[in-house]
Amino acid sequence: MPGGIGPVSDNRVRDFRRICGRMLTGPEDLIAYRTSYVSLPGSRGYEMKRPSNPSNAFLLKLELRSHPGLLCVVRGAMEPLMGMLGFSAAECRSITRAVDEALSNIMRHSYRGRLDQVIGVSCRRIQRRAHAGICKGIEVLLIDSGPAIDPAKLCGRPLDEVRPGGLGLHLMRECMDSVEYTRRGRLNQLRLVKYAQPSKSRPCP
Amino acid sequence: MKISARRIDKTTIFDVSGDIDMSNSPEVRNALLAELRGSKASRVVLNLTEVVYMDSSGVASLVEGLKASRESGSRFVLFGLSPSAREVLKISRLLKLFEIYDDEEQAMSA
Repeated sequence: MPGGIGPVSDNRVRDFRRICGRMLTGPEDLIAYRTSYVSLPGSRGYEMKRPSNPSNAFLLKLELRSHPGLLCVVRGAMEPLMGMLGFSAAECRSITRAVDEALSNIMRHSYRGRLDQVIGVSCRRIQRRAHAGICKGIEVLLIDSGPAIDPAKLCGRPLDEVRPGGLGLHLMRECMDSVEYTRRGRLNQLRLVKYAQPSKSRPCP
Repeated sequence: MKISARRIDKTTIFDVSGDIDMSNSPEVRNALLAELRGSKASRVVLNLTEVVYMDSSGVASLVEGLKASRESGSRFVLFGLSPSAREVLKISRLLKLFEIYDDEEQAMSA
C-alpha cells in the first residue's frame, strides 16, 4: 500500500480517546458504548451495565488513521450496516458516500495529507416526529484533531463552473439530510444525519 | 484498483477495476492525461464496468480527462457505469457533460 501504515504513537491515541470520550459521549452513551463490547471469559474488561436507553446506543464506533488506504475499510463497514438498518440500496450508497467524502476531506484538508493522525467515526440511531409518525434515521459523527475550520470555507463552490475539485461538500449535502460542523474544544466534529424515506414496502429502520 | 490500456486502431481503451477513491484516483488521472496529451489516439475510452464506487476525486480525474480531450481535439468516452458511479456524476451535475454508453460495443460504434 502506498505510504505504508506505520505505528501510531500510543500517547496520541490515548489522548484522542480521552478527548473524544469526553466530547462525544454523555454518561448514558458511554455506558451504552461499553456494553457493546464482548466480554471474554475470565476478562475483567468493561462493567456490563445495561444502558438506560438502549435505542440510544452506538451501533458502530471506529478509530482509524488518516490513511486514504483505509477509506475502503470504512465503506465496507458502513454500507452493510445501513442495509441491516433497513435503508434502501440507494440510501445505503448515499450515506456511505457522504461518510467517505467527509473522511477524505478530513485527511486532505484537516490533516493536510498526514497519514498518522486519528479520526473517530461513530454511528447511532436517531428518530424524529414526522407527519406519518416517528421517522427513524442514522447519525454519524466524525471527529478529528486538526486545526479549526473556517466556516466560510464550508459553503462549497457553485457547480455551474466545470472544473475538477471542490465537490466533496456538495456530495455530502446532497446525500444527507443534515451536515453540521462544530468546533468542540480542540476537536472538529462533523455530524451527518440521514432519515429513512418512508416506504410502504419496508419498515423504517 | 487496477488500470490497464489496450489499443484498437486509433482508440485507446482503459479498463479499470476496483473502487476509485482518494487513495488511487491520481493513477487514473495520470494515465488519462498521459494518453490524451501524449498519444495520437483520436478517442480515449474508459471502461468502468468493474468499478463499483467512485468518489469526488475520481470525478475530478474524469473532468480533467474531459478538459484534456477538448484541448487535444480527441473524444473522451465512458461506458459501463455502476449505479454508484452514475449517481455521483448526476449529483455533481456532470452526467450530461460526458459521452456515456452502456457497453463497449456501443462505445466503439458511436
